[in-house]
Amino acid sequence: MNRLRVLFVDDEEELVSAVVERLDLRGFHAEGATSGSKALELIASRTFDAVVADVKMPGLGGLELARDLRVRRPEVKMILLSGHGSSEDVEEGLRLGVVEYLQKPIDIEVLVEVLERAVAEGA
Amino acid sequence: MKDSIHDLLDRVSEPADDAVRPHLSGPGYQRLRRSVVLATAVVALAPLLIMTGVNLYQYRKAMRNEMAQPVSRLTLNTKRSLEFFLEERRSALAFIIEDRSYEALCDRDELTRIMTNMNRSQSVGAFVDLGLINSDGDQLCYTGPFQLEGRNYADQDWFYEVQRRGTFTSDVFLGFRNLPHLVIATKHEKEYGDFYILRATISAQMLSEQIRTAGMLPTDDVFLINHEGILQSPSRRYGDILTPIPLPVPHYSPGVEVFEMDDEGGEEVLVAAAFIESSPYLLMYLKNSREAMAHWSTLRNELLGFLAVSAALILGVILWVSNQFVNNMREASRRRAALLHQVEYSNKLASIGRLAAGVAHEINNPLAIINEKAGLLKDLLTLDETIPNREKLLGLIDSALGSVKRCRAITHRLLGFAKHMDLQSDTIDLPSLLEEVLGFLGKEAEYRDLHINVEVPDELPTIESDRGQLQQVFLNIFNNAFAAVEDGGVIDIAFAVPESELVTVAITDNGMGIPEQHLERIFEPFFSTKEGAGTGLGLSITYGIVKKLGGEIHVESVVGEGTRFLVILPVKRKG
Repeated sequence: MNRLRVLFVDDEEELVSAVVERLDLRGFHAEGATSGSKALELIASRTFDAVVADVKMPGLGGLELARDLRVRRPEVKMILLSGHGSSEDVEEGLRLGVVEYLQKPIDIEVLVEVLERAVAEGA
Repeated sequence: MKDSIHDLLDRVSEPADDAVRPHLSGPGYQRLRRSVVLATAVVALAPLLIMTGVNLYQYRKAMRNEMAQPVSRLTLNTKRSLEFFLEERRSALAFIIEDRSYEALCDRDELTRIMTNMNRSQSVGAFVDLGLINSDGDQLCYTGPFQLEGRNYADQDWFYEVQRRGTFTSDVFLGFRNLPHLVIATKHEKEYGDFYILRATISAQMLSEQIRTAGMLPTDDVFLINHEGILQSPSRRYGDILTPIPLPVPHYSPGVEVFEMDDEGGEEVLVAAAFIESSPYLLMYLKNSREAMAHWSTLRNELLGFLAVSAALILGVILWVSNQFVNNMREASRRRAALLHQVEYSNKLASIGRLAAGVAHEINNPLAIINEKAGLLKDLLTLDETIPNREKLLGLIDSALGSVKRCRAITHRLLGFAKHMDLQSDTIDLPSLLEEVLGFLGKEAEYRDLHINVEVPDELPTIESDRGQLQQVFLNIFNNAFAAVEDGGVIDIAFAVPESELVTVAITDNGMGIPEQHLERIFEPFFSTKEGAGTGLGLSITYGIVKKLGGEIHVESVVGEGTRFLVILPVKRKG
């Protein structure tokens, strides 16, 4: 079975490293990025099945990333994370084809489930 | 955390109370009411009082004049007839003494004839006796009913007076014969300074007859006194001749004096007094004022009655109008204060909301890191079964993760509560919103063993409304319900869809209930039954919000059985 390739983007390095390792432990091929622009670089050079990104980051945020991906890599599933979900963000995200909206702190098992479902649906 | 949020909310609602109350304090309005009443009363009543006073004074004056006039006229007439009576007799004596010679007058028969002739005449009669007295005071000749010939009058006052003035009219006195009478005398000068005197006596009864005037009321009293205040004719009030009267003797004046005075009994009498010329007499006419003024007092009573009734009416109207005026002002000011309070309250709530959201958001990030690090640790422990104390470590991590979960629940609730402080449009699932609100009170419910039953129909539409405001509405209602029930009480929450566009929430408690007289005021600002404890604003704010959201709120209650709040909300926001 092909391991799902996941990119986790958050401005907190500590969070990124832990989540990446935990996703790896659960059979994903996960990579991390600590800013929107770094994420874009990685996306340009590699292929991912899904991207998980925080909405609020310095510079390029999750929504901008989603907007960009929708144009360049529409096949990539997008999942957004937020400290708090304001309804405008949710609406905007849904318009941009974001699969799911998760509130921080996330439950890793929920994330795994969401990722597997999203990729399965897309396939 | 829940408790501290609760405290925070409590504190938000409390301080504004102090800021608003002094504004509405009673004494200020009492003072205002007093000033308004006083000023209006003075302006309205003063002219009335002055006019009535002036009227009374003028009426009284007019009536007094009217009353005094007949008295004065009567007195003057009597004075004139008395003067005329005395003058006639003095003239008669003067004529006789000039006409007859000394020798003729010394003849007793002649003297008797003269007196008889005089008494026969209507105009100059009434003589009791007649005598001739020489300059030594000896009565040389006498005619009359008494044996007075040879009497000597040299040491009597009248003898000196007649020598000095030529003529004399005496007071009424008893004299030698012990009968009240008066004396008139006239002197004739002989050559060489010698003289003789013709003296006549008139019965005092004659004087009394002169003043028994017609036109007197039975209570009127007319009498003569001398300058010492001794009665010279009988008086109805003061008795017979020669009794002193208890009234002061008026001062001399040539005409008739009319004045009022208090009599010996303290009663007011109208007095007319006139001095009788060339005599020691003073004519007095006494009239009972009260009787004379009876008509006046009726008029005065009518006037005063009219005044009292008008004044009472005016005062009543003034009090009523001022009351309305001040109450309206108080009401307006209260409304304004309540409005200000509400604005202030929602402002504070909004800033607290923003603060809470900020805090929650900031905490979420480190919380996420803790969550993931601990999660990773757990993952690693789960994979490696060789690690010593593995089970214990796993337990510890689970407890840390459990705490993170709790923190997450709290921050999520905080965010949910703080969100959308301004009136916004959210799609709301009412049961979960109520559950969220109850989350804040959960601890209290648990602690007090309150039973909260929720009944949700199968098909309950979500509604379009403002989440934050609705949270406040239900928080206030729950606060009331919690305060009303005793420990172990029951609160039922029932949702219903009475019409397609409406959703109702009925919150029923089995608490103490609300008396009927409080029920109609329960949504008024500052109405509170929790003495000293409540601001009296909770339910008024609730009412305001529900109205703003296009809904309605009703309350029904039975004392001792419980209270039911019914909130009716439109499915779609209006306006």
